[in-house]
Amino acid sequence: MKNLSETVFLALAAFLALLGAAFAQDDLFRAHAWILFFVLAGATVYVMRNVRFAVTAPAAAPTEYMDGPIKLGSILTMFWGIVGFLVGVVIAAQLALPALNFEPWFNFGRMRPLHTSAVIFAFGGTALLTTSFYVVQRTTRARLFGGNLAWFVLWGYQLFILLAATGYLLGVTQSREYAEPEWYVDLWLTIVWVAYLVLYLGTLIKRKEPHIYVANWFYLAFIVTVAMLHVVNNLSLPVSFLGAKSYSAFSGVQDALTQWWYGHNAVGFFLTAGFLGMMYYYMPKQANRPVYSYRLSIIHFWALIFLYIWAGPHHLHYTALPDWAQTLGMVFSVMLWMPSWGGMINGLMTLQGAWDKIRTDPIIRMMVIAVAFYGMSTFEGPMMSIKFVNGLSHYTDWTIGHVHSGALGWNGMITFGALYFMVPKLWGNQLYSMRMVNWHFWLATLGIVVYAAVMWVAGITQGLMWREYDDQGFLVYSFAETVAALKPYYVLRTFGGLLYLSGALLMAYNLYMTIRGKVRNEKPIAGAVVAQPAD
Amino acid sequence: MSKKEIDELSGTQTTGHEWDGIKELDTPMPRWWLWTFYGTIVWAIGYCIAYPAIPLVNSATSGLLGYSSRANLEASLDDAQAAQVSFINEINTSEPSKIIADEELARFARAGGRSTFKVYCSQCHGSGAAGSEGYANLNDDEWIWGGTVEEIYTTIAHGVRYAGDDATRFNEMPAYGDGILTNEQIGLMADYVLKLSETGTQPVEMAEAHTIFAENCAACHGASGAGEPQLGGPALNNGIWLYGGDRDTIVAQISAPRHGVMPAWEGRLSDATIKQLAVYVHGLGGGQ
Repeated sequence: MKNLSETVFLALAAFLALLGAAFAQDDLFRAHAWILFFVLAGATVYVMRNVRFAVTAPAAAPTEYMDGPIKLGSILTMFWGIVGFLVGVVIAAQLALPALNFEPWFNFGRMRPLHTSAVIFAFGGTALLTTSFYVVQRTTRARLFGGNLAWFVLWGYQLFILLAATGYLLGVTQSREYAEPEWYVDLWLTIVWVAYLVLYLGTLIKRKEPHIYVANWFYLAFIVTVAMLHVVNNLSLPVSFLGAKSYSAFSGVQDALTQWWYGHNAVGFFLTAGFLGMMYYYMPKQANRPVYSYRLSIIHFWALIFLYIWAGPHHLHYTALPDWAQTLGMVFSVMLWMPSWGGMINGLMTLQGAWDKIRTDPIIRMMVIAVAFYGMSTFEGPMMSIKFVNGLSHYTDWTIGHVHSGALGWNGMITFGALYFMVPKLWGNQLYSMRMVNWHFWLATLGIVVYAAVMWVAGITQGLMWREYDDQGFLVYSFAETVAALKPYYVLRTFGGLLYLSGALLMAYNLYMTIRGKVRNEKPIAGAVVAQPAD
Repeated sequence: MSKKEIDELSGTQTTGHEWDGIKELDTPMPRWWLWTFYGTIVWAIGYCIAYPAIPLVNSATSGLLGYSSRANLEASLDDAQAAQVSFINEINTSEPSKIIADEELARFARAGGRSTFKVYCSQCHGSGAAGSEGYANLNDDEWIWGGTVEEIYTTIAHGVRYAGDDATRFNEMPAYGDGILTNEQIGLMADYVLKLSETGTQPVEMAEAHTIFAENCAACHGASGAGEPQLGGPALNNGIWLYGGDRDTIVAQISAPRHGVMPAWEGRLSDATIKQLAVYVHGLGGGQ
């Protein structure tokens, strides 16, 4: 009786969503309950059509790797990447041309969390789920634990994304940066995340390798810490259990500190630790070289994990936060510099003896530029956390540029590299076009360079204009004048984003053709080793 | 499983572990990396000794340097105030016209006025004070409520048609479209006023309109259309318009006038600041 219990479970959940819509205390909750109902009802119908009542002999548990969720996850990663980049280009254009704000759903205030969450959680999160499923199986030689648990985690996470994204546009938000979804969406993510932890630990426990590979340490640190951060920062009391609004358990400066403890470690454990896990598998695989230093990986892992968690207060320099907490945030950020760079060294030096691959293999080049941007951002970060520098950089576009050199340069590029590595292997096909990868590399790199350089200039201009006093001791510029001064940079920034987006579209086409089993008739890249089809 | 071996390309030994074909070299940590890491730790300890760092029960260690961001902020605010206090005191006790007469004081007042203008006034009058439709241009020499520095001071302090201030500048042009003049007469008056603004003198050859002007408009806009700042009647004998100088807009303004409002700044800004604003606006080019 395949799928019977799943059908019953989904139908019950759909019914509960319908009750939620019927008894909702406010319109926003009702809208969300309806969305949930239609999604669950659709899923029920889909699963029900696949119910099989025929009694089959209990087949032996499958032993090969479970690649279904990874295939779907790869496609979803591409999809969310394009959504996130597209919304990014739109809000960049909105800042340059305010007429592009459409009330009430598509103004900057609602589109901005849509962009940040689409890139970090939808694109980055799905990429992390997908690659962690791939990596953990291959480095433990064990099938994913828990039967259909991987499907639940992947689809449950997509449901979280859907509720978060629709909530932003409808106006459901608890106004915590990178933690905007309201209490009921947070609860759902908690369930999914615990399932993810069980899945991951379960697979590690039944591993057939004696040791646990370094990539898995990083993925596990990411899963465990994000669970803790998510639960603590989202502690809140709903006004009604059938209403969208809730109030945080924290207030005042404690609230701000909790939020930035969460916010900074979302960067640290989601975008750094998780993606280092990705780097530690895909980079040595693509380069076909051993990891540079085992000892470095141990030391920089534990140093990174221990130091990162304290760095959050640097987001609150020169605020009501007590001086001692500001000091701690700053010194831990500075100590974090070398532990962060350990990952860069291990990534780059893995190419030791194979440097020529940067010239001949665009996928390796993509991974190398990712690690280079990682190194650049993790130097810039500690520097910006120093109070003296922060006094100039804080609240300016410099911060935006910093985030994007990390997100576009590091997270984006390493994910693209992983996808180019993984997708041909998953479908058993050859990559459609290596020249398109090369084009993608240059479009994306140029896009990031334009974006980051423009934001440096804009941010420093802004910071200097804000603090400019005349010889009589009066402020020289009004806020509106600083905004007007930034307009050309905002236009250029949009252009940089467009370059990056067009590269991602090229990748989507390239991988789509790869999945369909096509191979483009093209001249091989000079010096590259061409895979010969087996006879 | 593999055993420890020497990697050919780097000449380094591997650790003997292998996962899905990935091996690890047993390279020692780079010395520069390790020493820089130690360096940042030593620096962090030193910084924590010098600055407030360790939380205790009721307060935190204050550090050897005795640094406090709040004390620093207060000190720099005090410094800024001390640097300006002699000028501010003098402005407080001087009439605006006396401030203008003192070159050094006027320079200070203009700088302060410009800074304040950008925060409180630029939203309506523009960063360059050039105004826009419905908001007066402050760079020219037409003044609806008078262009001496004292008159400008009064306008800023009490506002225009501002409900919250008893001494506010107030007038109200009647709606001539409400049965006072016929549509035909209003059209005629628009032509008359357009002509007046183009030539600068009254077109007496438009006899009927000239009579209507004398009877209805001259009281506030002046016998020759040169304006009456005491009553807030704008001059009509020039090309400067608050709401626009095309015929349709003039017809609309005569039929059903718009009455703009400017808030009173007394009570929201200090008297010295309002004086500085008056001096700044007066010095933009058109002050009388």
